[in-house]
Amino acid sequence: MKFVDEYRDADKARALSAKITELCEPGRQYKFMEVCGGHTHTIYKHGLEDYLPENISLIHGPGCPVCVIPMGRVDDSIHIARQPGVLMTSFGDMMRVPGSNGSFFDSNAEGTNIRMVYSPLDALKLARQNPEQHVVFMAIGFETTAPSTAMTLLRARSEGLANFSVFCNHVTVIPAIKAILDSPDLRLDGFIGPGHVSTVIGCKPYEFIARDYRKPLVVAGFEPLDILQSIYMLMLQLAENRSEVENQYSRVVPWNGNEVALDAINRTMELRPYFEWRGLGFISNSATRLREEFADFDAERRFELPGVRVADPKACQCGEVLKGVLKPWECKVFGTACTPETPIGTCMVSPEGACAAYYNFGRFSRERVKEASK
Amino acid sequence: MSIENETGTESISAATDAGTPPEHSAAAADHGPAEAVHRAAEPAHGTAQPGSDYRSREQQVLDRIEKARARKPKIKEERVTSAHGAGGKASQTLTEALFLEELRNPQLEKLEDGAEFAVDGSRLAMTTDSFVVSPLFFPGGDIGELAVNGTVNDLAVSGATPLHLSAGFIVEEGFPISELRRVVRSMAEAAERAGVRVVTGDTKVVQKGKADGCYINTTGVGVRRTAHELGIETVRPGDAVLVSGPVGDHGVTVMLERGELDIDADLESDTAPLHDMVAGLLEATPGVRAMRDATRGGVATILNEVATAANVSVVVEEGEVPVRTEVRGASELLGIDPLYVACEGRMVAIVDGDSVDTALAAMRGHPHGSDAAVIGRIGEDPPGLVMLNTAFGGTRIVDLLVGDPLPRIC
Repeated sequence: MKFVDEYRDADKARALSAKITELCEPGRQYKFMEVCGGHTHTIYKHGLEDYLPENISLIHGPGCPVCVIPMGRVDDSIHIARQPGVLMTSFGDMMRVPGSNGSFFDSNAEGTNIRMVYSPLDALKLARQNPEQHVVFMAIGFETTAPSTAMTLLRARSEGLANFSVFCNHVTVIPAIKAILDSPDLRLDGFIGPGHVSTVIGCKPYEFIARDYRKPLVVAGFEPLDILQSIYMLMLQLAENRSEVENQYSRVVPWNGNEVALDAINRTMELRPYFEWRGLGFISNSATRLREEFADFDAERRFELPGVRVADPKACQCGEVLKGVLKPWECKVFGTACTPETPIGTCMVSPEGACAAYYNFGRFSRERVKEASK
Repeated sequence: MSIENETGTESISAATDAGTPPEHSAAAADHGPAEAVHRAAEPAHGTAQPGSDYRSREQQVLDRIEKARARKPKIKEERVTSAHGAGGKASQTLTEALFLEELRNPQLEKLEDGAEFAVDGSRLAMTTDSFVVSPLFFPGGDIGELAVNGTVNDLAVSGATPLHLSAGFIVEEGFPISELRRVVRSMAEAAERAGVRVVTGDTKVVQKGKADGCYINTTGVGVRRTAHELGIETVRPGDAVLVSGPVGDHGVTVMLERGELDIDADLESDTAPLHDMVAGLLEATPGVRAMRDATRGGVATILNEVATAANVSVVVEEGEVPVRTEVRGASELLGIDPLYVACEGRMVAIVDGDSVDTALAAMRGHPHGSDAAVIGRIGEDPPGLVMLNTAFGGTRIVDLLVGDPLPRIC
């Protein structure tokens, strides 16, 4: 299939793998964080780690939009969905995320109407089709999905729709990376930068990472060769003693981002002073809310929300996994009490979550499989 | 395309002519120092330290997980959720922990597509299936044709010749008679093609809004005329895994037909009766160990059932699995894996390693199996796991599906 197969070419992968191995200094351990959950998913789905020498390890970062939604926000969404006449919508990945009293699926089994949509525009369509209901879109995601929420809000306002609102949970990626860089728990050698976020914000916002923290960052695409090539580029920077922001995904990511998208976000949303991230706690200026001009479309203002902060279950170590301090299998409840069927933490829910990716794709012993295939 | 350039540096230098970033943007704002509230983090023990100790700790966790998975399934939910109907892990739990628990008997215990029993010296097979597909009509078929083929196929892969069907209808008040006639006429045509008769039936009408148009249940009875002992528990290391054609056509067709995705593709459902191809296959070789039609849950679910029932590993070569470009494209966009997508006219056959060529030729000799392919093999280690060698050259596992990516496909 065109535009896919050329990025999954095993011969090219072998060639890159050899070059990466050549650049490894003997005895040195390398740790790179892929910030974005989409990358984590690709790495496991294609078995990319098979191409990496043992002394390079990939640390899975906090860029999984579903994973970072705290329990309290799930509870708030269910609270909105329980109000008379409300039709709640969200992305499919949210449906199984546990709140303190169960997930959207559980809530639906008890009578709410929470539907999955593929785009906020689908939620808008539902609002047009069901004028007797109030349609709420639970918006989640980084800068990748924020523009589509913004465009939907602009359209809803121009159409004068009175039965549509957005429960905004959009987060921004830079503060999360900064939190990780400032965390004493982790020593990283570089970052595989989030590709989709960067199509919107561009590459410049990462420059402080290279300049102030002296860590290389390569913005990467989502096909397995993209990621392998990005690792090669990171290794090359380290070998040449450079720390720069580079763009491997230049076929999609413009250096300066997408001004139209940024403008749409900026017209509809503003930064919140702080926002709670699941497992990471409160991070300043790390999320957006709707601007005053869009108050009519703001579910947080239309509905009285409990807004209760719910602590994560004690056993759950999503925070450490999201920060890359723990590998998924190092979490105490991984795979036994916490599984994709009965997740305790969010990392086990989203296909982009590190725990779900490892559990669904990587839960086997490489040695044993190599032995068996001899 | 930066990928063509092996070092990747040229494309980068071309893209680094930076200008000024947009100012005052919420998304790209200059953030102050982030105040992450670090929870009482445990000391950073052992993260990503390659070495035998680290590896053996990982192995211990893996072993513990396998033990947990081998435990008797328990239903943790208080109510039925859509995942219980998706054909994956939750469906399996519901079947084993509720239905089997309450109705247990030796035939049901096998949990095969059809049950086998003897009546006056004849070996009979029986199966049942309900159809709730939405929409009722889709390119390449409709609910009526599906209801016949689905049950015919369940009988066929049990090694039986399908004979008689029953048809139960649950119809929503207000449903147009013309559409009902269209559905039933299509059933009649499908029954004719499959050489079966609908010999008994039932109709119930429910209040408007209490059903969605029309649901159909069919039960089928067939006779086992061959001596083959089939069953997924008979699968052995060294066997080969075959599929009868491209996977995922039906599921993706129905999904696109709903029009929710605004994707157009030239695709048709693969719904077809497989009894004739199965008969040809069984005649061609005694080496067939097990067959399953790949409906809800797709090929991946079947292979997981095989791995568990026979305590073997299944190794699939991603590059060998036939998938139409349209299905791959739509699956890429939707983030689903064609291996889990329902087919309605495809089957998986596990055959003895020595019979691969004969079996493949027999399947390819039939119009419904012209694109049949060998997609993998059965191994010993690790038992109970389905492994996929990806086209990219890596390895991963293919687990049972959790949740329902495409609800109400059949």
